[in-house]
Amino acid sequence: MAKILEVKNLVTGYRGKDGFIKAVDGVSFDIEKGETVCIVGESGSGKSVTSMSIMRLVEYENGQILDGEIIFNGEDLTTKNAEQMRKIRGSKVSMIFQEPLTALNPVFTVGKQISESILFHQKMTKQEALIKAEELLSLVGLSEPKTRLKQYPHELSGGMRQRVMIAMALATNPELLIADEPTTALDVTIEAQILELLRKLREQNDMSIMLITHDIGVAVEMSHRIIIMYAGKVMEISETSDIIRKPYHPYTKALLESVPTMDGERGTELKSIKGSIPSLNQLPKGCRFAPRCPLATEQCHSQEPPLVAKDNRQVACWHVDKFINQADTEQGREGDYVE
Amino acid sequence: MLRFILNRLGQSVVLMLIVTMITFFLINLAPGGPTGAMRMEASPEERQAIIERLGLDQPVIVRYGQWLGDALQGDLGTSFNSSEPVIKRIFDRLPYTIELTVFTVIFSVTIGIIIGVISAIKRGRAQDHFINFSSVIGLSVPSFWLGLMFILLFSVELKWLPASGVGPRGEAFDLVTYLKHIIMPVIILSMTILPNIVRFTRSSMLEVISQNYIRTIRAKGAKEFIVLYIHALRNALIPVITVIGVLIPRLLSGAVITETIFGWTGIGSLIIEAANSRDYPLVMGITVVITLVVVLSNLVVDLVYSKVDPRVKNLA
Repeated sequence: MAKILEVKNLVTGYRGKDGFIKAVDGVSFDIEKGETVCIVGESGSGKSVTSMSIMRLVEYENGQILDGEIIFNGEDLTTKNAEQMRKIRGSKVSMIFQEPLTALNPVFTVGKQISESILFHQKMTKQEALIKAEELLSLVGLSEPKTRLKQYPHELSGGMRQRVMIAMALATNPELLIADEPTTALDVTIEAQILELLRKLREQNDMSIMLITHDIGVAVEMSHRIIIMYAGKVMEISETSDIIRKPYHPYTKALLESVPTMDGERGTELKSIKGSIPSLNQLPKGCRFAPRCPLATEQCHSQEPPLVAKDNRQVACWHVDKFINQADTEQGREGDYVE
Repeated sequence: MLRFILNRLGQSVVLMLIVTMITFFLINLAPGGPTGAMRMEASPEERQAIIERLGLDQPVIVRYGQWLGDALQGDLGTSFNSSEPVIKRIFDRLPYTIELTVFTVIFSVTIGIIIGVISAIKRGRAQDHFINFSSVIGLSVPSFWLGLMFILLFSVELKWLPASGVGPRGEAFDLVTYLKHIIMPVIILSMTILPNIVRFTRSSMLEVISQNYIRTIRAKGAKEFIVLYIHALRNALIPVITVIGVLIPRLLSGAVITETIFGWTGIGSLIIEAANSRDYPLVMGITVVITLVVVLSNLVVDLVYSKVDPRVKNLA
């Protein structure tokens, strides 16, 4: 399959008191046409900054891409000027955001906000754009699209607003849709509906989706591949089916174990990852996960592990072999127990 | 909407009543009376006769009752000084004040918003620092002093602009002469509200620029001009409109000083004349008119506000 997006060694920093603070530090991954890739990680792992870098929106928010390439459809986005980038944004690459309440302009109607997304990139009259907007609203499953066009964001519910956001993002048939935690602010039933909608639209429009989430459950549900990020670095990239069967990185394992399950035994304590993500201006010297990792050794604390290929995946861990073996014996033991 | 307006007008009636009451008692507390301001050679008997003729020998509360009764019927009384009806004296001078304040509002609001937006966009750079510095200066320098300096510079030294007066009216009216007369008063009067509008627009704009929806608009591929001047400014103006409403009373009190400095014969300078000569009916009349203007302008601001912000549409 052809690659729609290739991110190579991306480094993005924000201006701080003494120079740049790197929120994303040497991240590489790719997305294929028609594929859904999830970026998973805790808050502060650099997921959003990665997406904002692809959109080149970081530079409006005191940030800057310091190094690396972002190849979209064969063209490096980091070399584009503001006007070239503007033409790509919202037309070939669209983005939907976390908080549908604050992500829509409160003083303009839904119709105005959707139709303007079309008008920024396509030549047509306002009337035609409004008709297209109405079609988009029914496409994303909003009832009474004609009435909705005249409503303001505050007159809609959270789920409806996120549908409006999606309609806006789809206005120009983008090839890549970046969804930055699109369901975090919604309740579970609405979350399921929105995720289902995204899946349906991806198939219909043959677009790729880069879904950012802190919920590995959502990632497993939605994606073909999963990228695990931690403190601005990629920890593991793998096919979704592989990752749930057998994580290769201790952090991935910890994330998977912290998901509550319905069939878990009552009264057993839910696992959580001890400690918290390091602050970007006092990162550990070696592996960034080392301070919280049960397997960490002297080497982990002093040297940063590179992201290397291992059985059809990529992992950044010094002890990957040991970790896999240990996991195998654990699984074996569990198997024995069941028998 | 109509119910809202009626409700507000109802509240205004109460407000007007309180304002007139306070003003009436305060002006009567001021030492001296209409006779005190008159020629010195009048004998005590003559003064007493005048006091009785004007009804000033009555207790204040009785006089207020009489004044209120007349005012409610649309009669604001007769000026002590000129023996003309108060209404006539006010309406002779009111148009000049309206000219001055309308021009000042238009000037301050347009310039203030533009400068405020520039300051916000250039945050932390030289332009922003310069604008902030100038705003503080503009706020702290008293307008009577600045007015006199303007007269010294532009009228006395450079002889570009007339030092005072409203310029020829009627058939002799000439636009250039008119503008020459009005420009200094407008600039000086603007100083009472312009720095506030600049500072408020700046902070409001800065807050809006960091909102999520601005990021969304950029993500949609909007030109930077549309991002700032259509999406951001429209939101940033909502609080600025409220501030303009609050600033209008300040503008009217500023007009008192500005009109006096520039010999601009509006009601601002009239109220000074009236107060100095203890012309009670005239003071009361002007108070009523100014209160009415403030009340109405605040009502207009609230109506505009509900037009600009769809979230407050149901304020009725």
